Amino acid sequence: MAFDTPKLVTGEASVPETHTKEASPVPARATPRDPIALAQQKQINAAKLRKFADKVSTWLMPALTIAAFLLIWEVIANAFPGGLPAPSMVLMESQELIFNPFYDRGGVDKGLFWHVMTSLSRVGIGFGLAAIAGVLLGAFIGTVDLARKGLDPIFQVFRTVPPLAWLPISLAALREAEPSALFVIFITSIWPIVINTAVGVRNIPQDYLNVAKVLRLHPVEFFFQIMLPAATPHIFTGLRIGVGMSWLAIVASEMLLGGVGIGFFIWDQYNSSRMSDIIVALMWVGMVGFILDRLVAMLGQYVSRGTTAD
Amino acid sequence: MQKPILSLENIYVDFERDGVISHVLDNVSLSVHTGEFISIIGHSGCGKSTLLNVVAGLVPVTMGAALLENKEINGPGPERAVVFQNHSLLPWMTVYENVKLAVNKLYGHSESMKKVHERVMNNLDLVKMTHARDKRPGEISGGMKQRVGIARALSMEPKVLLLDEPFGALDALTRGHLQDTVMELHDRIKATVLMITHDVDEAVLLADRVVMMSNGPKATIGKIVDVTSPRPRVRRELYNDRSFMGCRQEIVSFLEEHDRVVKFEPVPV
Repeated sequence: MAFDTPKLVTGEASVPETHTKEASPVPARATPRDPIALAQQKQINAAKLRKFADKVSTWLMPALTIAAFLLIWEVIANAFPGGLPAPSMVLMESQELIFNPFYDRGGVDKGLFWHVMTSLSRVGIGFGLAAIAGVLLGAFIGTVDLARKGLDPIFQVFRTVPPLAWLPISLAALREAEPSALFVIFITSIWPIVINTAVGVRNIPQDYLNVAKVLRLHPVEFFFQIMLPAATPHIFTGLRIGVGMSWLAIVASEMLLGGVGIGFFIWDQYNSSRMSDIIVALMWVGMVGFILDRLVAMLGQYVSRGTTAD
Repeated sequence: MQKPILSLENIYVDFERDGVISHVLDNVSLSVHTGEFISIIGHSGCGKSTLLNVVAGLVPVTMGAALLENKEINGPGPERAVVFQNHSLLPWMTVYENVKLAVNKLYGHSESMKKVHERVMNNLDLVKMTHARDKRPGEISGGMKQRVGIARALSMEPKVLLLDEPFGALDALTRGHLQDTVMELHDRIKATVLMITHDVDEAVLLADRVVMMSNGPKATIGKIVDVTSPRPRVRRELYNDRSFMGCRQEIVSFLEEHDRVVKFEPVPV
């Protein structure tokens, strides 16, 4: 939640209204000299000011840091010509790429929007499968202690394997680029989902388990009525890490696999030495990754509303 | 005399932890008749919760047997519904859904949707919680949560209702209200109730019999008193009732006596 700004506790306008009515006998005729009314007016103003300052700083500070960043970049890039293009250069050289993400001239000559969509659809399939399999597997090893003892060491080793290290194996086994890319996403993002789900399932409070026992819920009922909702916060922690990792994995594996996709685009532009285009593409990658993370976080908040309240 | 609905016969419970066996219950026997309200009182750690959990089926006995209507209890079930100390409502469900989960499980396959709905509403009505049916447990007070817990347990139409220190976490005023509610419900539906408590007044006020447990380890039933005060009972009048005060006195002295035993026990190094 690094982007949530803390909410200042402000007086709000309702406080003075109710207070004047109760505190002073003739509220409507309170003279400006009335010390209570004056003090209250001061408080309202201070609260309003704080609120305003808070709002402004939320938007102003990021804008300032971005501006400063661009400025420093511009200065350094101009000081060492021939290296990275300065922001002004990027703007000039990659105009079409920046302002028209939707063009499509056939083949791989497409706007960035289409490249990103292709990559996202791969993430959607690979990550979707990983989510389903991960939650089921996590629920299994969270419930069956023997399974956890047997499988946990393997998972702990597999989850440290970098995404790209899976690529040669999957290419050899699956023989085609598209399923290999999907497999790399799947195998990268499944571990945090499995491990977090298992932790969530193992931490279901004894009280809920007792309720299920007294009611004699059968396993399927227990899974949907108790286990899934109780483990939801943990599951979404896993999903959030998983979606981030699958975005890392897809960009990297597309660079090697070719075809369409934002990762391929970056590699392609590198081969034709178009640095400005790469920088624009990087911005897209960052923004899309950020949005993905926020989407999963928001979904998690919506789904798990109430689950932690006691 | 009629046959008891619930009988505990020479029950022993041992727990093993890291190879060390602790004897929690030692030869506990008790018969409970239909419609009876039994309070079980004792110092904390004396095994009274273990005893309740044996009846609930959540803790297996090491020796002896617990029989409900002459059938051995092995495993938990809705005919021995439990109201847990910390309400144990599922926080992601509304009040209505929490009760409905129980009703659906027990009657959902044999009764119509309308009948199920009626059952849920009737049980919420018994504890006066229909107004909060769409609230989640996080949005209502501790006393209200416990009311819903009671409604959920009652909706299972248990043969024996088990209350595990149901009012332990509540403030005195709310506690009083809930005691009145439980008393009223007991009079109305003639439920058989087993209640754990560590509050002497509560034990006597609600019960037909108060079971006093000696201190653990190897806890057993030390003494049983019959509370003969007529029902319906009114709290403020009971302090002038001689038999009520007699019971109260008897329990207090029992507890004090056993308190001393614990205090003078040498601490193992």
